[in-house]
Amino acid sequence: MKIAILQFGGTNCDLDVLHVLKDVVGVDAETVWYKQEDLTGFDGVVVPGGFSYGDYLRAGAIAARTPIMNSVKKLAAEGKPVLGICNGFQILTEARVLEGALTTNKYPKFRCQWTNLRIENTDTPFTSKFKKGEVIRMPIAHMEGHFYAEEKNLAELDENKQVVFRYVDENGKVTDAANPNGSLENIAGIVNTSRNILGLMPHPERASELILGSDNGLRVFESMVDYITENF
Amino acid sequence: MQYQTTVRIEQKAGMLDPEGTTTKRALGQLGYQVNSVKTAKLYEIVFEAESVEIAKQKADEMCQKLIANPIVNNYTIELKELK
Repeated sequence: MKIAILQFGGTNCDLDVLHVLKDVVGVDAETVWYKQEDLTGFDGVVVPGGFSYGDYLRAGAIAARTPIMNSVKKLAAEGKPVLGICNGFQILTEARVLEGALTTNKYPKFRCQWTNLRIENTDTPFTSKFKKGEVIRMPIAHMEGHFYAEEKNLAELDENKQVVFRYVDENGKVTDAANPNGSLENIAGIVNTSRNILGLMPHPERASELILGSDNGLRVFESMVDYITENF
Repeated sequence: MQYQTTVRIEQKAGMLDPEGTTTKRALGQLGYQVNSVKTAKLYEIVFEAESVEIAKQKADEMCQKLIANPIVNNYTIELKELK
Protein backbone atom coordinates (compact mmCIF):
# COMPACT_ATOMS: atom_id res chain seq x y z
CA MET A 1 0.00 0.00 0.00
CA LYS A 2 1.09 3.56 -0.63
CA ILE A 3 -0.39 6.79 0.73
CA ALA A 4 -0.02 10.15 -1.00
CA ILE A 5 0.63 13.29 1.04
CA LEU A 6 -0.18 16.38 -1.03
CA GLN A 7 2.10 19.39 -1.04
CA PHE A 8 1.07 22.86 -2.14
CA GLY A 9 3.21 25.98 -1.94
CA GLY A 10 2.90 26.91 1.74
CA THR A 11 2.08 23.41 3.02
CA ASN A 12 4.24 22.74 6.08
CA CYS A 13 2.87 19.67 7.88
CA ASP A 14 3.60 17.19 5.11
CA LEU A 15 6.85 15.88 6.59
CA ASP A 16 5.30 15.30 10.02
CA VAL A 17 2.61 13.17 8.37
CA LEU A 18 5.26 11.36 6.30
CA HIS A 19 7.23 10.61 9.47
CA VAL A 20 4.20 9.20 11.31
CA LEU A 21 3.10 7.03 8.39
CA LYS A 22 6.54 5.70 7.52
CA ASP A 23 8.35 5.59 10.86
CA VAL A 24 5.56 5.12 13.41
CA VAL A 25 2.81 3.25 11.58
CA GLY A 26 5.27 1.63 9.16
CA VAL A 27 3.56 2.01 5.80
CA ASP A 28 4.82 3.34 2.49
CA ALA A 29 3.98 7.01 1.94
CA GLU A 30 5.17 9.70 -0.43
CA THR A 31 4.86 13.45 -0.63
CA VAL A 32 3.29 14.48 -3.93
CA TRP A 33 3.83 17.99 -5.32
CA TYR A 34 0.44 19.31 -6.44
CA LYS A 35 1.58 19.76 -10.05
CA GLN A 36 1.76 15.99 -10.44
CA GLU A 37 -1.88 15.57 -11.25
CA ASP A 38 -1.98 11.78 -11.43
CA LEU A 39 -2.55 9.82 -8.23
CA THR A 40 -2.72 6.38 -9.85
CA GLY A 41 -1.18 3.73 -7.63
CA PHE A 42 -2.01 5.42 -4.34
CA ASP A 43 -4.43 3.80 -1.89
CA GLY A 44 -5.19 6.86 0.16
CA VAL A 45 -4.49 10.57 0.40
CA VAL A 46 -3.61 12.91 3.22
CA VAL A 47 -4.10 16.63 2.63
CA PRO A 48 -1.85 18.04 5.35
CA GLY A 49 -1.82 21.30 7.27
CA GLY A 50 -0.02 24.54 6.60
CA PHE A 51 -0.68 27.74 4.71
CA SER A 52 -1.24 26.66 1.12
CA TYR A 53 -1.12 29.72 -1.12
CA GLY A 54 -0.51 31.80 1.97
CA ASP A 55 -4.19 31.49 2.90
CA TYR A 56 -4.74 34.03 0.11
CA LEU A 57 -8.39 34.76 -0.77
CA ARG A 58 -9.62 32.28 1.87
CA ALA A 59 -7.73 29.52 3.61
CA GLY A 60 -7.63 26.53 1.25
CA ALA A 61 -9.59 28.30 -1.50
CA ILE A 62 -6.93 28.22 -4.17
CA ALA A 63 -5.48 24.76 -3.43
CA ALA A 64 -9.04 23.41 -3.60
CA ARG A 65 -9.26 24.48 -7.21
CA THR A 66 -6.01 22.97 -8.52
CA PRO A 67 -6.19 20.04 -10.99
CA ILE A 68 -4.75 17.52 -8.51
CA MET A 69 -7.98 17.82 -6.54
CA ASN A 70 -9.79 16.11 -9.44
CA SER A 71 -7.53 13.11 -8.88
CA VAL A 72 -8.32 13.25 -5.17
CA LYS A 73 -12.04 13.25 -5.97
CA LYS A 74 -11.54 10.31 -8.36
CA LEU A 75 -9.70 8.34 -5.67
CA ALA A 76 -12.44 9.15 -3.17
CA ALA A 77 -15.08 7.99 -5.66
CA GLU A 78 -13.33 4.59 -5.66
CA GLY A 79 -13.94 4.45 -1.91
CA LYS A 80 -10.33 5.15 -0.95
CA PRO A 81 -9.77 7.21 2.20
CA VAL A 82 -8.95 10.92 2.07
CA LEU A 83 -7.81 12.62 5.29
CA GLY A 84 -7.71 16.42 5.49
CA ILE A 85 -5.87 17.92 8.47
CA CYS A 86 -6.28 21.58 9.39
CA ASN A 87 -5.53 23.44 6.12
CA GLY A 88 -6.41 20.09 4.52
CA PHE A 89 -9.88 20.29 6.11
CA GLN A 90 -10.20 23.86 4.81
CA ILE A 91 -9.19 22.68 1.31
CA LEU A 92 -11.73 19.82 1.35
CA THR A 93 -14.61 22.14 2.34
CA GLU A 94 -13.58 24.66 -0.32
CA ALA A 95 -13.45 21.79 -2.83
CA ARG A 96 -17.02 21.02 -1.74
CA VAL A 97 -16.30 17.38 -0.91
CA LEU A 98 -17.06 18.18 2.72
CA GLU A 99 -19.93 20.31 4.01
CA GLY A 100 -19.57 23.71 5.56
CA ALA A 101 -16.74 26.20 5.80
CA LEU A 102 -13.92 27.08 8.19
CA THR A 103 -13.86 30.78 9.05
CA THR A 104 -12.03 33.08 11.44
CA ASN A 105 -11.85 31.96 15.07
CA LYS A 106 -14.48 33.55 17.26
CA TYR A 107 -11.75 34.80 19.58
CA PRO A 108 -9.68 36.40 16.84
CA LYS A 109 -6.34 34.96 17.74
CA PHE A 110 -4.23 32.20 16.31
CA ARG A 111 -4.95 29.37 18.74
CA CYS A 112 -2.07 27.03 19.40
CA GLN A 113 -3.01 24.70 22.24
CA TRP A 114 -4.05 21.22 23.29
CA THR A 115 -7.72 20.33 22.90
CA ASN A 116 -9.84 17.51 24.22
CA LEU A 117 -11.88 15.75 21.57
CA ARG A 118 -14.73 13.32 21.96
CA ILE A 119 -15.09 10.51 19.45
CA GLU A 120 -18.66 10.75 18.16
CA ASN A 121 -18.58 7.95 15.58
CA THR A 122 -16.36 4.94 15.14
CA ASP A 123 -17.88 3.69 11.91
CA THR A 124 -15.48 5.57 9.70
CA PRO A 125 -12.16 4.44 8.17
CA PHE A 126 -10.40 6.91 10.47
CA THR A 127 -11.92 6.13 13.86
CA SER A 128 -12.52 2.36 13.82
CA LYS A 129 -9.79 1.86 16.43
CA PHE A 130 -11.38 4.29 18.91
CA LYS A 131 -14.29 3.76 21.27
CA LYS A 132 -17.43 5.86 20.89
CA GLY A 133 -17.48 8.56 23.55
CA GLU A 134 -13.75 8.25 24.18
CA VAL A 135 -12.02 11.53 25.07
CA ILE A 136 -8.62 12.10 23.48
CA ARG A 137 -6.06 14.92 23.30
CA MET A 138 -4.72 16.55 20.15
CA PRO A 139 -3.17 19.95 19.52
CA ILE A 140 -4.62 22.66 17.31
CA ALA A 141 -2.82 25.52 15.62
CA HIS A 142 -5.08 27.73 13.56
CA MET A 143 -6.67 31.11 13.00
CA GLU A 144 -9.51 29.92 10.76
CA GLY A 145 -10.95 26.93 12.59
CA HIS A 146 -14.47 28.11 13.25
CA PHE A 147 -16.64 25.47 11.59
CA TYR A 148 -19.78 26.93 10.06
CA ALA A 149 -22.61 25.36 8.09
CA GLU A 150 -26.11 26.52 7.28
CA GLU A 151 -28.79 25.25 9.64
CA LYS A 152 -30.19 22.61 7.33
CA ASN A 153 -26.73 21.25 6.50
CA LEU A 154 -25.85 21.17 10.19
CA ALA A 155 -29.02 19.17 10.84
CA GLU A 156 -28.09 16.74 8.07
CA LEU A 157 -24.60 16.28 9.50
CA ASP A 158 -26.12 15.37 12.86
CA GLU A 159 -28.80 13.14 11.36
CA ASN A 160 -26.37 11.23 9.15
CA LYS A 161 -23.89 10.90 12.01
CA GLN A 162 -21.23 12.72 10.03
CA VAL A 163 -19.77 14.54 13.02
CA VAL A 164 -16.73 12.52 14.09
CA PHE A 165 -14.84 14.72 16.58
CA ARG A 166 -16.20 17.33 18.99
CA TYR A 167 -14.33 19.75 21.27
CA VAL A 168 -15.10 18.81 24.88
CA ASP A 169 -13.74 19.40 28.35
CA GLU A 170 -11.61 16.74 29.98
CA ASN A 171 -14.75 15.03 31.27
CA GLY A 172 -16.18 14.72 27.79
CA LYS A 173 -18.75 17.50 28.15
CA VAL A 174 -19.50 19.84 25.28
CA THR A 175 -18.97 23.31 26.74
CA ASP A 176 -18.27 26.80 25.44
CA ALA A 177 -15.04 26.92 27.41
CA ALA A 178 -13.83 23.78 25.65
CA ASN A 179 -14.50 25.32 22.22
CA PRO A 180 -11.31 27.03 21.07
CA ASN A 181 -12.66 28.72 17.96
CA GLY A 182 -16.46 29.08 18.17
CA SER A 183 -17.19 26.12 15.86
CA LEU A 184 -20.92 25.42 15.68
CA GLU A 185 -21.87 22.57 18.01
CA ASN A 186 -18.18 22.30 18.95
CA ILE A 187 -17.54 20.42 15.72
CA ALA A 188 -13.85 19.60 15.24
CA GLY A 189 -14.06 17.04 12.44
CA ILE A 190 -16.60 15.57 10.01
CA VAL A 191 -16.90 12.98 7.26
CA ASN A 192 -18.79 13.07 3.97
CA THR A 193 -21.93 10.99 3.47
CA SER A 194 -19.85 8.10 2.03
CA ARG A 195 -17.74 8.35 5.19
CA ASN A 196 -14.41 7.93 3.38
CA ILE A 197 -13.39 11.60 3.41
CA LEU A 198 -12.56 13.08 6.83
CA GLY A 199 -11.59 16.62 7.68
CA LEU A 200 -10.51 17.76 11.12
CA MET A 201 -8.86 20.90 12.46
CA PRO A 202 -6.69 19.26 15.18
CA HIS A 203 -3.37 17.65 14.24
CA PRO A 204 -3.26 13.87 14.79
CA GLU A 205 0.29 13.77 13.38
CA ARG A 206 1.40 15.95 16.31
CA ALA A 207 -0.14 13.49 18.76
CA SER A 208 1.17 10.19 17.44
CA GLU A 209 4.12 9.72 19.74
CA LEU A 210 4.07 9.90 23.55
CA ILE A 211 7.30 11.88 23.54
CA LEU A 212 5.33 14.77 22.01
CA GLY A 213 2.74 14.67 24.78
CA SER A 214 0.07 12.38 23.38
CA ASP A 215 -0.20 9.41 21.06
CA ASN A 216 -4.00 9.59 20.87
CA GLY A 217 -3.82 10.70 17.26
CA LEU A 218 -1.95 7.63 16.06
CA ARG A 219 -5.12 5.56 15.83
CA VAL A 220 -6.48 7.92 13.15
CA PHE A 221 -3.68 6.78 10.86
CA GLU A 222 -3.81 3.16 12.06
CA SER A 223 -7.57 3.01 11.37
CA MET A 224 -6.97 4.45 7.90
CA VAL A 225 -4.29 1.85 7.16
CA ASP A 226 -6.53 -0.97 8.44
CA TYR A 227 -9.32 0.21 6.16
CA ILE A 228 -7.01 0.18 3.14
CA THR A 229 -5.70 -3.29 4.04
CA GLU A 230 -9.22 -4.66 4.38
CA ASN A 231 -10.68 -3.09 1.26
CA PHE A 232 -7.97 -2.60 -1.39
CA MET B 1 -13.64 46.14 -24.58
CA GLN B 2 -11.78 46.34 -21.32
CA TYR B 3 -13.79 46.26 -18.14
CA GLN B 4 -12.82 46.92 -14.59
CA THR B 5 -14.85 44.92 -12.13
CA THR B 6 -14.86 45.84 -8.48
CA VAL B 7 -16.01 42.89 -6.42
CA ARG B 8 -16.93 43.57 -2.79
CA ILE B 9 -16.97 40.47 -0.58
CA GLU B 10 -18.54 40.57 2.86
CA GLN B 11 -19.57 38.00 5.45
CA LYS B 12 -23.22 36.99 5.49
CA ALA B 13 -25.43 38.39 8.21
CA GLY B 14 -25.02 36.44 11.41
CA MET B 15 -21.44 35.46 10.55
CA LEU B 16 -18.74 36.49 12.94
CA ASP B 17 -16.59 39.47 12.04
CA PRO B 18 -14.00 39.47 14.81
CA GLU B 19 -11.79 42.00 13.05
CA GLY B 20 -14.71 44.42 12.79
CA THR B 21 -15.70 43.88 16.41
CA THR B 22 -12.14 44.36 17.61
CA THR B 23 -11.74 47.52 15.54
CA LYS B 24 -14.97 48.90 17.00
CA ARG B 25 -13.63 48.25 20.49
CA ALA B 26 -10.33 49.92 19.64
CA LEU B 27 -12.17 52.99 18.30
CA GLY B 28 -14.12 53.07 21.56
CA GLN B 29 -10.88 53.14 23.49
CA LEU B 30 -9.88 56.19 21.44
CA GLY B 31 -13.11 57.92 22.39
CA TYR B 32 -15.18 57.20 19.26
CA GLN B 33 -18.48 55.55 20.14
CA VAL B 34 -19.49 53.88 16.89
CA ASN B 35 -22.49 51.60 16.45
CA SER B 36 -20.71 49.03 14.35
CA VAL B 37 -17.68 48.30 12.24
CA LYS B 38 -17.89 45.80 9.40
CA THR B 39 -15.02 44.54 7.31
CA ALA B 40 -15.24 43.70 3.62
CA LYS B 41 -12.73 42.86 0.89
CA LEU B 42 -12.42 44.53 -2.49
CA TYR B 43 -10.99 42.86 -5.57
CA GLU B 44 -10.43 44.86 -8.74
CA ILE B 45 -10.34 42.70 -11.84
CA VAL B 46 -9.59 44.02 -15.31
CA PHE B 47 -10.51 41.83 -18.28
CA GLU B 48 -11.67 41.86 -21.88
CA ALA B 49 -15.27 41.15 -22.85
CA GLU B 50 -17.38 41.68 -25.95
CA SER B 51 -20.16 43.52 -24.14
CA VAL B 52 -21.17 44.79 -20.74
CA GLU B 53 -23.68 41.93 -20.41
CA ILE B 54 -20.99 39.33 -21.05
CA ALA B 55 -18.66 41.16 -18.69
CA LYS B 56 -21.31 41.08 -15.95
CA GLN B 57 -21.90 37.40 -16.52
CA LYS B 58 -18.21 36.56 -16.45
CA ALA B 59 -17.67 38.59 -13.30
CA ASP B 60 -20.54 36.82 -11.59
CA GLU B 61 -19.13 33.44 -12.62
CA MET B 62 -15.74 34.37 -11.19
CA CYS B 63 -17.40 35.23 -7.90
CA GLN B 64 -19.43 32.03 -7.81
CA LYS B 65 -16.48 29.83 -8.73
CA LEU B 66 -13.65 31.31 -6.71
CA ILE B 67 -13.70 34.81 -5.33
CA ALA B 68 -16.63 34.30 -2.97
CA ASN B 69 -17.64 31.34 -0.86
CA PRO B 70 -21.46 31.39 -1.10
CA ILE B 71 -21.72 29.56 2.24
CA VAL B 72 -20.27 32.48 4.15
CA ASN B 73 -20.07 35.41 1.72
CA ASN B 74 -22.34 37.91 0.02
CA TYR B 75 -20.88 39.85 -2.87
CA THR B 76 -21.64 42.85 -5.06
CA ILE B 77 -20.18 43.63 -8.44
CA GLU B 78 -19.56 47.04 -9.98
CA LEU B 79 -18.55 47.20 -13.62
CA LYS B 80 -16.80 50.03 -15.39
CA GLU B 81 -15.75 50.12 -19.02
CA LEU B 82 -12.16 51.30 -19.32
CA LYS B 83 -11.51 53.69 -22.15
